[in-house]
Amino acid sequence: MIHPIPPGTRDILPDEMRELRRLHLALIEVFEARGYGEVATPAIEYDQVLAQGDGRTSDYAYRFFDERGDLLALRSDMTVPIARLVASRYADAGLPLRLCYLANAYRAVRPQRGQMREFAQAGVELIGAPAPQGTVEVVEVLEAALDAAGLERAVIGLGDADLYRQLLTELEVQGEPRDAILERLAMHDLVGLEAELSRAGIGAEQVRTCVALSQLRGGREVLEQARAMGSAAVDRAIARLGETFGALEERGVADRVQVDLGLLRDLGYYSGAILEVYDPALGHVLGGGGRYDGLLKRFGVDLPAAGFALYLERVHVAQMEESRRGGAR
Amino acid sequence: MTFEVAGTAGAKADGPLKLAVPRGALLAGTLDVLDAAAVDTTSVRGESRALIFPGGELTLVTMRPSDVPTYVEAGAADVGITGKDVLLEQGDRMVYELLDLGYGRCRMVLAGRKGDESLGESQRRLGMMRIATKYPRVAERHFESTGRQVETIEVKGSVELAPLIGLADGIVDLVATGRTLEENDLEVREEIVECTARFVANRVAHKLRAAEIDDLTARLRRATAG
Repeated sequence: MIHPIPPGTRDILPDEMRELRRLHLALIEVFEARGYGEVATPAIEYDQVLAQGDGRTSDYAYRFFDERGDLLALRSDMTVPIARLVASRYADAGLPLRLCYLANAYRAVRPQRGQMREFAQAGVELIGAPAPQGTVEVVEVLEAALDAAGLERAVIGLGDADLYRQLLTELEVQGEPRDAILERLAMHDLVGLEAELSRAGIGAEQVRTCVALSQLRGGREVLEQARAMGSAAVDRAIARLGETFGALEERGVADRVQVDLGLLRDLGYYSGAILEVYDPALGHVLGGGGRYDGLLKRFGVDLPAAGFALYLERVHVAQMEESRRGGAR
Repeated sequence: MTFEVAGTAGAKADGPLKLAVPRGALLAGTLDVLDAAAVDTTSVRGESRALIFPGGELTLVTMRPSDVPTYVEAGAADVGITGKDVLLEQGDRMVYELLDLGYGRCRMVLAGRKGDESLGESQRRLGMMRIATKYPRVAERHFESTGRQVETIEVKGSVELAPLIGLADGIVDLVATGRTLEENDLEVREEIVECTARFVANRVAHKLRAAEIDDLTARLRRATAG
C-alpha cells in the first residue's frame, strides 16, 4: 500500500539520516565553539507577527486559522522568528547576542519542480554587532561551517543590498519603474533590465553603466572598476564593501570571498552586506545571509544584526558530489 | 597540504564550460553565431547523431530548446541558448538571461480563422474564449493582463488544427513567416510579444566561472552586433 505525502515534503530513512545527523552535529559544534547558543522556536506563529518582519516572504507562507479564528502561519525562515524572540526575551541582554539554529522552514512553492515546501536550515544570528566587524564575524563562522561540512571549494559572494536602491534614488527613478528594475535585477534578466532602465528615462550612458555594474564580480579589483563608474551611490556602496572586504583580508579570511555587485537577495529585510554561498559541484545556491540592521527595529528593539542560513539538504548533496569528484580524481 | 586545497579552490572548475545548443529551428542560426564568435562547430554540423560534442574550450550539448532552461537551471549545462518564447513559458526557471542574440526572430500571436467571428462571439456570449496553445502560461498571462477570461487548452502537436475542427476558438502560437497560418486559413488577430534567441547562464556558474562566461558573452555580443 502506498500512502501519499504532499509533494515538496519527504521522509528521511536511516542511511540518509545518519549522514544528515553527522552534518548537523558538525555544524552545531562550529556554532557552539564560537559562542552561538542554539535556540528553537515554534514552527507556527501568528501571521501578523511574522509579517511585521517581512511582508514579502510572507507572500509564500502557509496560513491557516486556529480554533479561535486567529490567523497562523508556518515560518518561512528562522531570521524573523529569532528577531521576534530577541525582542521579547532578550531586550535587555548583554550585547552582542549570538544565537544559532537548525530547523525546518516552510514555503508555499509549486513543488512539481523539485522545490521543497519543507526544508531544513542551519544558521546563526549575530545581534548587536554593527558593520563591518559583525559582518566579518558572520563570514568567519560561515567559512568554518563550510569547512566542517567538507566543502573546501565553496565560495561566498559578498554584495550590497542598498547599492541599487540608492543608485535608483540618485537617478530619480521612483514608483513602478523602480520596482520593475529591481525585479529584473533580482532575476538577473539583463535584457529586461536594459529595457526597463531605458523605459525609466535614464540616459543611454547610465543604462550601460547600470548593466555593466551588475556584471562586476571577482576580487578586490572589482571595487576599483566600480569606483571608476563615478556615481555617489556606487561610491557609498563601494566604501561599505571595501571596509568589509578590507577587514576580511586583515583577518585572513577573504580568499574564498568574491565581491559581487550583481547580488540582490529577494528577502525584503536585508540592508548593507549580503551573502550567497556556492559550491562548484552544485548548480544551486547553498545558502545566504547578510545584514538586516532594520529588522529588529520592526519588533521594537533597534539593534544592528547579521547572519546566514545554509540549506542543509543542498549542503548534503554538495558533500556527496564533492566526495564523488574526490573519488574520481 | 593546505596549499593543495587552496590551489584546487582557485583552479578552473571541472573541465570546459558546457553550452546547451538548441536543436530545431534555432540550430542553424545558433551555429552561425557560434562560428562568428570563434567557437568550433564543425562536429555539430557533421552527420553525427551524438548529443554531446566535446571541444577544447566548450563542450556543446544539443537538446530541444524547451529543455535548455531545465539543464541550465540545474547546472548540468553552465550556459545555453534558447528562444525567449521558451523562457517566457518557463518563467519560474531561475536562469540568468545575459544577452539578446537577435536571431530566430518571431512573434507570439493570437490567431483565428479567417472571416470567422467565434473568438468575439465566445467572449460576448460565453464570457470566455477557448484558446489552444503550446504556451499556456504566456497565453494566460496575456489575456489576464488585458482583462479577458480564457480557457487554455494545451496541445503538443500542430496547434493550427484546433480551431479548424472546433477544439478551440483560436490559437496562441509562435509565427516566423506566417506561412503555416496562411496555409491553414488562419490570420493574426493580436500580437503578444516578439521573441528572439537568448544567451542564458546558470546562477552558480555565472559566479564561479565569471571570466570564461564574461568572455563568451562579449564574443557573442560582438558576433551578433549590427
